[in-house]
Amino acid sequence: MKHLLSIDELSADELRELLRMTPSFAEVASRRIAKVPALRGLTVATLFYEDSTRTRLSFEVAAKRLSADTLNVAVKSSSVNKGESLRDTAETIEAMGIDAVVMRHASSGAPWQLTKWVGASVINAGDGWHQHPTQALLDCFTLQQQFGDLDSRHIVMVGDIKHSRVARSDVEAFTKLGATVTLVAPPTLLPPATNTWPVTISHDLDAALIDADAVYLLRMQRERQREALVPDMREYTALYGLTAQRASRLSTSVPIMHPGPMNRGVEIAADVPDLDQVVVVDQVRNGVAIRMAVLFMLLGSGGSAALPVLEAVVDDPDQQVDESAVAV
Amino acid sequence: MGERERKGAPPFGGHFVPRTTVMDTDQIRRAIKRMAHEVLERNGGVDDVIIIGLQTGGIEPALHLVEALEAIEGTRPPLGSVDVAFHRDDIGLRPVLPEAPTDIPSELTGKTVVLVDDVLFTGRTVRAALDALNDFGRPRSVQLAVMVDRGHRELPIRADYVGKNLPSAFSEVVRVTMQHVEIGRMEK
Repeated sequence: MKHLLSIDELSADELRELLRMTPSFAEVASRRIAKVPALRGLTVATLFYEDSTRTRLSFEVAAKRLSADTLNVAVKSSSVNKGESLRDTAETIEAMGIDAVVMRHASSGAPWQLTKWVGASVINAGDGWHQHPTQALLDCFTLQQQFGDLDSRHIVMVGDIKHSRVARSDVEAFTKLGATVTLVAPPTLLPPATNTWPVTISHDLDAALIDADAVYLLRMQRERQREALVPDMREYTALYGLTAQRASRLSTSVPIMHPGPMNRGVEIAADVPDLDQVVVVDQVRNGVAIRMAVLFMLLGSGGSAALPVLEAVVDDPDQQVDESAVAV
Repeated sequence: MGERERKGAPPFGGHFVPRTTVMDTDQIRRAIKRMAHEVLERNGGVDDVIIIGLQTGGIEPALHLVEALEAIEGTRPPLGSVDVAFHRDDIGLRPVLPEAPTDIPSELTGKTVVLVDDVLFTGRTVRAALDALNDFGRPRSVQLAVMVDRGHRELPIRADYVGKNLPSAFSEVVRVTMQHVEIGRMEK
């Protein structure tokens, strides 16, 4: 595995393997001295063309826990503002010998473009409306902590599906692990081709919540909406928001998730995030562990890049018996 | 060496073909009992002793050692495990994947740690384990118990308690289970 660009490029086995390893990384992050030398000498750059606090911080912490050096390309204060193209920025990164680039960009597909220009591993930290694979991985891990296995669990995702890269990645990841997904949104907030998605579509939140094993709320992405998709925010909240009343009808064993940042009072009522079954903080904590696992898979365990080196070692004809063990 | 590494990395890829069985169940049981007596003799009991198995081969021997110590002494020393994947010196040279979270049962500072592994070979795994323990405190001393010492050390490391010394060729593979110890080679 050289890059992590989308969930759909991961096989179900690779996905399970990443999730299997994640508790080891969570353990490292929980140590008093939370740093291991696994990626010593490697450099990870974060290149964010869109605003982010938690994702960028999370990647940076993850890289530091594994002893990698981190660089932030602060796009707002860099040459990008002077009109530098993505390609020129990529070549600058390449020339500096960076091992992995964590990229967020407003255009779908930008990370794929970047892989053509740099030799470094590229990790997609969100591209437009398209994909956000590490968010999906941490969501799967958080759900596994709640139920053990996602197989035949019913996950209800509510909100602005149309503009949500989280929804696209999550649907692929959840269904790959055997869960069933229901998307609930007004027709204007659904993407045009959901009939090809492995999901059920509903416009009735109360009906969908009856047999939900987990509820996933998506943020109203007002910054991406270029037209009036919802006539009135209060009406949206009444029909599609997790109000205190709806939350109280859920079993306390049903986890409530949100990728953050939350719009309290829009998709989630102001006091709902304080309920015990809200696992938003677990999601953030798990985000560090899963990103450590991803960085380690791409850079540390060698993946495919390191394997050819080994061939030289295989045909070692050294048959000499070491008798020194006897002398002990 | 973990099952995953065995499968993934030459010269350990392929399947194991045994040449000889070196120890059987009874011999393994007696060796562990003897090692338990040696641990007690050297440390004057099990107070302040912590047994830590190395993932994955050392986990079962460590459990059996703890049980042997309990049977003799009546007190059960704490048992932990350490995964050295993040401390290995061959990261990037071959696939190294973590097996299970490290579990250190108590504060190590001032205690005697007995590291347990199945096979002592190049010594690199033990070096990595010593490095990993550093993050959890400063033990008074660290001792090493292995089921098999097969030679070919690449680092200045030796075992304090040895189940069996087994001369071997570098390319051979030693496999330890609680049923038998076998020597053989990996074939494609």
